[in-house]
Amino acid sequence: MSEAISQPDKPMPLPGADAAPGDATDLFSKFDPLIKQRADLLGAGQEDPFNLVMEQVLSPVTAICNGRETILLGTYNYMGMTFDPDVLEAGKQALRDFGAGTTGSRVLNGTYSGHKEVEAALSEFYGMDHAMVFSTGYQANLGIISTIAGKGDYIVLDIDSHASIWDGCAMGNAEVVPFKHNDIEAMEKRLRRIPEGAGKLVVLEGVYSMLGDIAPLKEMVAVARKHGAMVLVDEAHSMGFIGPNGRGVAEDQGVLDDVDFVIGTFSKSVGTVGGFCVSNHPKFEIMRLVCRPYVFTASLPPSVVATAATSIRKLMQAGEKRAHLWDNSKRLHAGLKGLGFELGTDEPQSAIIAVIMPDLERGAAMWEALLKEGLYVNLARPPATPANMTLLRCSLCAEHSQEQVGQILTMFETAGRKTGII
Amino acid sequence: MDRDDTKNRIDTLIEPFNKKDVAITEDTTFAGDLEWDSLTVMDFVAAIEDEFDIIISMNQQAEIETYGQLIDAVTRLRG
Ligand SMILES: Cc1ncc(COP(=O)(O)O)c(C=O)c1O
Repeated sequence: MSEAISQPDKPMPLPGADAAPGDATDLFSKFDPLIKQRADLLGAGQEDPFNLVMEQVLSPVTAICNGRETILLGTYNYMGMTFDPDVLEAGKQALRDFGAGTTGSRVLNGTYSGHKEVEAALSEFYGMDHAMVFSTGYQANLGIISTIAGKGDYIVLDIDSHASIWDGCAMGNAEVVPFKHNDIEAMEKRLRRIPEGAGKLVVLEGVYSMLGDIAPLKEMVAVARKHGAMVLVDEAHSMGFIGPNGRGVAEDQGVLDDVDFVIGTFSKSVGTVGGFCVSNHPKFEIMRLVCRPYVFTASLPPSVVATAATSIRKLMQAGEKRAHLWDNSKRLHAGLKGLGFELGTDEPQSAIIAVIMPDLERGAAMWEALLKEGLYVNLARPPATPANMTLLRCSLCAEHSQEQVGQILTMFETAGRKTGII
Repeated sequence: MDRDDTKNRIDTLIEPFNKKDVAITEDTTFAGDLEWDSLTVMDFVAAIEDEFDIIISMNQQAEIETYGQLIDAVTRLRG
């Protein structure tokens, strides 16, 4: 959840330590400005936005946080699968049958039948030939991007890409060329200027999780194709929800067949942990041998892959839940707009609705006021945010009832008036 | 390509980005003297790329610290 962390997704060098020559340098002195900023914020009596403890989780949408019963509006549990009875049962059974963990890499002793089953479920879910499961979505991006784009190749990517995409670029040896967020022309210009004969990979996301806006994938994928680039789309925030079969924004815009690699995660709609890449590339299976973040780490526990497989299969049939989640997203968006809040998108485009705060101080005050009302949202702040905005990011769940969306709006109204934001 | 021509054109391009009116010399640094954030860097790089129809990848940008180094790099990239 890079948004909760006080560093940008795109890596930036930390300021150097200014020790006198000859002094032993404390390697931690580079963190001093951050330590001070945090101490100042907490010294002002603010509840620590990045140290919340969920003492009890009552359901996908409610928990006891810091002693208070709280509606959760800042998780990525979009489809509410975390407490699905079939999912829980599959996990318990696998725990009993296969034990607590695999203690090994996928390419050694860490591939159980459950890992094969979850890959089969993914192939079926996306209608793709190959599926490769990683221990997290972060590692899926890290591994696939750094492995397929090598020295002399070019990666063309959106400047607002997730940290795991940037880190995949940093780990590999390709030339990295960012373009302005969702700007088709800027992307095309860069593709056009790449030297003749160089390999090209375009990296895009379906939903950008800061503002909850979607990419114009139809146009972008066509442009990438025209310039002979391969295309990777991270659909972390759209799986299970966007598109007729929940395959994501590329499916929704009718271009999934032209996407070479889809990256996804089990940590959002699927409701557990893990990451994956699906592809129709005929040589895709070689990735299992050459992709270091796949090889040099232990595989997911049997209970996790069993819950994931069950959840993915249920998501194939989740048309009604998808419709309810869209209703929730539309109601919350319209309601917040009606109350006078400034939102990240003019229309609801995903299950994420970002409320733009005037500055960090008032954003933090509003976040705390909401928590005291009994509502948890995500506070996202500079420099992790686009254009250095402070955002209260709301992510809806298919298990939020109509009534809860109403309660949420009342809480926003009360907290907004208390803090003078509306 | 002609370094002077490159320099003249970049001198014009940088003006709207030099919000603090720093007197720019070949030794001026982008991070230290101009204190640009990553968004400003991206917009400025895009303006140069469009002006000269070139790509300055992030890998190449990482090597460029001063204004003089930028002019050298662009002159080289223009071929
Ligand atoms: C766009 C995007 N890609 C990848 C990831 C990483 O997913 P995981 O939590 O499985 O590591 C995230 C999660 O924060 C994300 O938002």
